Amino acid sequence: MKKLSARRRHPLAAVVVLLLALAATGGLYTAFAPASKAKADDSAQSLTIEEGKKLYEVGCASCHGTGGQGTTDGPSLVGVGAAAVDFQVGTGRMPAQQPGAQVPRKKVIYSQGEIDQLAAYIASLGAGPNVPTKNEYSPEGADIAKGGELFRTNCAQCHNFTGKGGALTHGKFAPDLEGVAPRHIYEAMQTGPQNMPSFPDTTLSSKNKKDIIAYLNAVNSDETVNPGGLELGGLGPVSEGLFAWIFGLGALIAVAVWVAARTAKAKKS
Amino acid sequence: MSTTASNTTRSRGKEPAGEKLADWVDGRLGIYSLAKANMRKIFPDHWSFMLGEVCLYSFLIIILTGVYLTLFFHPSMNEVVYHGSYVPLQGQLMSEAFNSTLHISFEVRGGLLIRQIHHWAALVFLAGMFVHMMRVFFTGAFRKPREINWMFGFLLFVLGMFTGFTGYSLPDDLLSGTGVRFMEGAILSVPIIGTYLSFFLFGGEFPGHDFVARFYSIHILLLPGIMLGLVVGHLILVFYHKHTQFAGPGKTNNNVVGMPLLPVYMAKAGGFFFLVFGVIAAIAAVAQINPIWAIGPYRPDQVSTGAQPDWYMGFSEGLIRTMPGWEINFWGHTLVLGVFVPLVIFPLVLVAIAIYPFLEAWVTGDRREHHILDRPRNAPTRTAFGAAWIAWYFVLLVGGGNDLWATHFHLSINAITWFVRVSFFVVPVLVFVVTKRICLGLQRRDKDKVLHGRESGIIKRLPHGEFIEVHEPLSQEQLYTLTAHHQYEPLELGPTVDENGVERKISGTKKLRAKLSGAFYGEESQIPKPTVEEYKEITSGHGHH
Repeated sequence: MKKLSARRRHPLAAVVVLLLALAATGGLYTAFAPASKAKADDSAQSLTIEEGKKLYEVGCASCHGTGGQGTTDGPSLVGVGAAAVDFQVGTGRMPAQQPGAQVPRKKVIYSQGEIDQLAAYIASLGAGPNVPTKNEYSPEGADIAKGGELFRTNCAQCHNFTGKGGALTHGKFAPDLEGVAPRHIYEAMQTGPQNMPSFPDTTLSSKNKKDIIAYLNAVNSDETVNPGGLELGGLGPVSEGLFAWIFGLGALIAVAVWVAARTAKAKKS
Repeated sequence: MSTTASNTTRSRGKEPAGEKLADWVDGRLGIYSLAKANMRKIFPDHWSFMLGEVCLYSFLIIILTGVYLTLFFHPSMNEVVYHGSYVPLQGQLMSEAFNSTLHISFEVRGGLLIRQIHHWAALVFLAGMFVHMMRVFFTGAFRKPREINWMFGFLLFVLGMFTGFTGYSLPDDLLSGTGVRFMEGAILSVPIIGTYLSFFLFGGEFPGHDFVARFYSIHILLLPGIMLGLVVGHLILVFYHKHTQFAGPGKTNNNVVGMPLLPVYMAKAGGFFFLVFGVIAAIAAVAQINPIWAIGPYRPDQVSTGAQPDWYMGFSEGLIRTMPGWEINFWGHTLVLGVFVPLVIFPLVLVAIAIYPFLEAWVTGDRREHHILDRPRNAPTRTAFGAAWIAWYFVLLVGGGNDLWATHFHLSINAITWFVRVSFFVVPVLVFVVTKRICLGLQRRDKDKVLHGRESGIIKRLPHGEFIEVHEPLSQEQLYTLTAHHQYEPLELGPTVDENGVERKISGTKKLRAKLSGAFYGEESQIPKPTVEEYKEITSGHGHH
């Protein structure tokens, strides 16, 4: 002990103590740290959030604020959930091109991986609806007729009988639902994007949502069969009236002109 | 043919079968003299004279297809569960009317095609009547002796609108149910008696259990019955008055230049019927109309956007969509002006065009018969009025489809509604003024052509260096056609005092008539057509104008 005590003022003593302390801390950490597998998972999640945050800062923060708290140009994203991000970015609505009555659907900018990262970051800001699983939104095995009834009761006011879309006030609109992925329809109902009200599971159960998706798939998609011929936009009497005037009466007047021009000539003699 | 004559020919046994049959019929119905009088009836040739035929034939097509549909349609509002072949509705509750319409569309052989022909023909019928009416209007064919026939035609158009509306409501689908609800709302807005009227019509609270059956009787029996009678009357009058014709050499107010009914017009009209049927059937085979399966059954608690009536009712939709939602609450009663005002304007829009011929007859005081048609430019006030009315009607149609204008042209629906509100008052005036100017311009051009001939496009240099364009004089026929129209003089009230200096009494209506007459036929409203003296002076002079 005396030896140690005598050298306690040696110039290298501090270094030795530091090394010992570091070794002890490291050793203790290694001994008591959580299992390695869990540790790897955690870092991946935090890495995703980290990546998402980076993307957010470049593409979204100018309107939604640096921490997703919202600004005068964009709403707060705290608590909107991963489903909202997956819908807005996954349909190309976000990032917005310009301010306006409503942000339209357009080309998707981010890859699905990037969208997932953004979604993870936003989800980390506050609890919100998750991205639905394929099992939840897949139209297979759903009740189409029930979906139709639900659609006419809850959605047709804005989206028209078969989801062809319609006008709202001041330039806003309910978009045509043709070609919208089932997952996005599900997320839209869940989160209520832009001018749409949300239909959480307490209002429309997961099963109901599935029925509605199946109905839309039957009446307003590539698979829709129109037994009567051309659909004429599916917009009802306005487009039918226009068609009747142009192609119905138009053709008949053309025929009348043709018939009138071909008349019996008086015999020249 | 006398009986003895036919007896003798029969004994000889040489008579062809057709003649025998005709003789048999004539002996019992006396059609020979009727046929003799009408078979050589002359009709003039012009494509616009065939618009009425389009209406007649589409009406016949509607009746034929309608009869087929009645064989399968159940006009009942009893609720049933759907078990048919259209999967997206299976298990849904619906009325028997809707169920049977689905049955017609999916299970009855040819049912969907016939349904679509029926509906497309109805749209074409109404559009045809609209254009036919405008042809009669712009050419002045409504003048004496044809005023009653003009009214028959107008009534046919209005009845056609309501027949169409009741038919559109029969399938009891969500779209038409919304339309019936709209109508119920309009009836309810009538002060004092509105509620009673609504209960009377629907047999109680809307929608009740009666309206499909009631609309069915109206749609297949009452209105078509009246229309058929009017159509027959309309045609008899066309025969009786003879057809009008455009001015031209050899065509006078006392003759009709054209082809005889038999064989030329029978062949033409018969062929045209099949052409009309063919065009409508082709459209019905290609384009879908009123897909009630996609629209779904009516339920009063459901409503969809884009709920519009068929085009001929669209202007009423425009009135209601653009009227501000005013209401007056007075002593516990509500007067819903936002609905009641459109209900009052709705008939006025139609009446405006219907009464114009009588207004014009009153202003001109003309009691002569007119069988020669006007070119629209030669009646500028009438033409301007008609164009203004069409513009007015179109503005209301824009209002009725404001949501589709908004979505398809990326506009604000509120901006469109305000545009329609302002246009309702401004556009007819603008169109009136512009149309009148165009007519006067065309009259000047005609006058120029008569006096100076047609511009040939040939530029000639005269010996002293002047350039002139050679004008070709018109033929005698063309000169006649361009100057055949009659020009009215504006009505003069005469001196305001008599020879004793006492003020003459002039009634207010007479003053109004003189004022209108000035507006119709004054210096501002027509270009005096060239006189013979003017023509001679110019043509007898030096080589060019």
